[in-house]
Amino acid sequence: MSNTTSKILTKRKKDVLQVWVENQAEDPAVREDLMANDELHAQSAELLNSFIEAIKSNNYEDIEAPEYYQVTEIISGISLTRAQLGFSPRETATFVLSLKRSIIQILQEELKEDQSTLISEILRISDLLDSLSLVTMETFIKGREEVIIRQSSEINEISTPVIRVWEGILALPIIGTLDSERTQVVMENLLQEIVNSGSSTAILDISGVPTVDTLVAQHLIKTVNATRLMGAECIISGIRPEIAQTIVHLGIDLAGVQTKATLASALQYAFRKSNLVVAKKKNS
Amino acid sequence: MISLNKETIKISSEKDVVLFRQRLREYATKIGMSVLNQTKLITAASELVRNILVYAGSGETTIEVVSERLQTGIKVIFKDNGPGIADVNKAMQDGYSSGRSLGLGLPGAKRLVNFFEIKSTVGHGTTVTIIRWKK
Amino acid sequence: MDRIPILKMGPFLLVTIQVDMYDRLALNLENDLIIMVQKNGSKGVLIDISAVSIVDSFMGRIIGNIATMSRIMDAETIVVGMQPAVAITLVELGLPLSGVHTALNVEKGMALLQKKLADDLTEDSESEAEMDDNDQSE
Repeated sequence: MSNTTSKILTKRKKDVLQVWVENQAEDPAVREDLMANDELHAQSAELLNSFIEAIKSNNYEDIEAPEYYQVTEIISGISLTRAQLGFSPRETATFVLSLKRSIIQILQEELKEDQSTLISEILRISDLLDSLSLVTMETFIKGREEVIIRQSSEINEISTPVIRVWEGILALPIIGTLDSERTQVVMENLLQEIVNSGSSTAILDISGVPTVDTLVAQHLIKTVNATRLMGAECIISGIRPEIAQTIVHLGIDLAGVQTKATLASALQYAFRKSNLVVAKKKNS
Repeated sequence: MISLNKETIKISSEKDVVLFRQRLREYATKIGMSVLNQTKLITAASELVRNILVYAGSGETTIEVVSERLQTGIKVIFKDNGPGIADVNKAMQDGYSSGRSLGLGLPGAKRLVNFFEIKSTVGHGTTVTIIRWKK
Repeated sequence: MDRIPILKMGPFLLVTIQVDMYDRLALNLENDLIIMVQKNGSKGVLIDISAVSIVDSFMGRIIGNIATMSRIMDAETIVVGMQPAVAITLVELGLPLSGVHTALNVEKGMALLQKKLADDLTEDSESEAEMDDNDQSE
């Protein structure tokens, strides 16, 4: 099959670009607040150039082939930035899909006389652009995933503050569910702070943990054991009645773990261990 | 998965183990792996390389920097032509040991990495593959 | 053959591991330490592992062995200065070293050993006093 489309597009590159940019601008979905017009123009020109280069190879099927590296690279880059800028999936997909419309429009003008070639060329080009728009969606989703991963690790970071309550005594209130990833962060932060401050007692307060099941208990025991290996003691406080009940019903063995009902009593215990006394001042 | 960098180290004595662990640490540091993940990776590798020495006498390890989707990590392959493991499932249980050890080697190593695969044929040898991602 | 030096500090022994451990070296350390405990009648063993970046199940077992063996010979073992990453890895590995005492650093470990030694002495004298009482009542 002769490469008619390639020849036409090379010849009328400027027109395709113009129609395409117009198409995008007409689309009600285009976000002028998120992207300036000249930026859109530059991105479109860059993609169109490498696209025309790629189809010169007469390969319209395999977008994994080397001649399409640059095209997929540009598309991925654009979708990734758009995902991070907060574009919707529709807005991102429109970018490539509107190129299809512009190319078909130009092909129609050029191949007015030859209907059968027109149809076969349109089929080829639209299959190709469909697969390219799938690339857009794939990278878009990947970009969103990245945002989610970053956010959840940020949440993990900020939701596990280690507080120095007294010289040699650390407290770590845990709020929310304790999964294995979070346990890692808790352990790392706690142990590092033990090293930094030379503390010998750490209080892990679980008042803010909604449920304690076998898995959460395992994570707590791991943290207690790791603290002990460092040479410090870890007390678990904030055991609510319903948590005590589940622990017993599930048959979780907390022997060897120092537990206290409230943070206050854990603190008292820690003071006693460090030979500190808190006394009320007598009125003279 | 794309392989970026690869090196094979033969294991036949404890001196090789020391060298192997040093090389592994170099690779892990080079890709910017966190200290905790490095420690987990090298500890797991240490267990597996000991198995080569104890059960097969000698073998070889391959350290590889791999990349898949958005993550980079280290893949290590442990290969020996020793007696093999008759019951792999049993060997993966905590506390099970055919030798004179705590029986934490295989299951412990598995807990320390992101990917763990063991293939063993009695009389032909054992191949263990592990991957630890950077994050 | 490679050996890790063991320092005698009064009634205690101090081992500072500064090199990459391998199995032979760990086994030698176990042997040497037990012999030293016996020879000096030591009351405590401090193992400083602050420079150790890898403790695997073999090394963990050796540490456990040293603790148990020296306890039988009336000496307490304290492991000091374990790095956070090593502690987390040991726990994940399933080896919490429950029979071993720990301390943050050599200083705190030494203080702990001295306290244990003092406690032992007072307990001994108390039990002796009790025995005296018993003698008198009889």
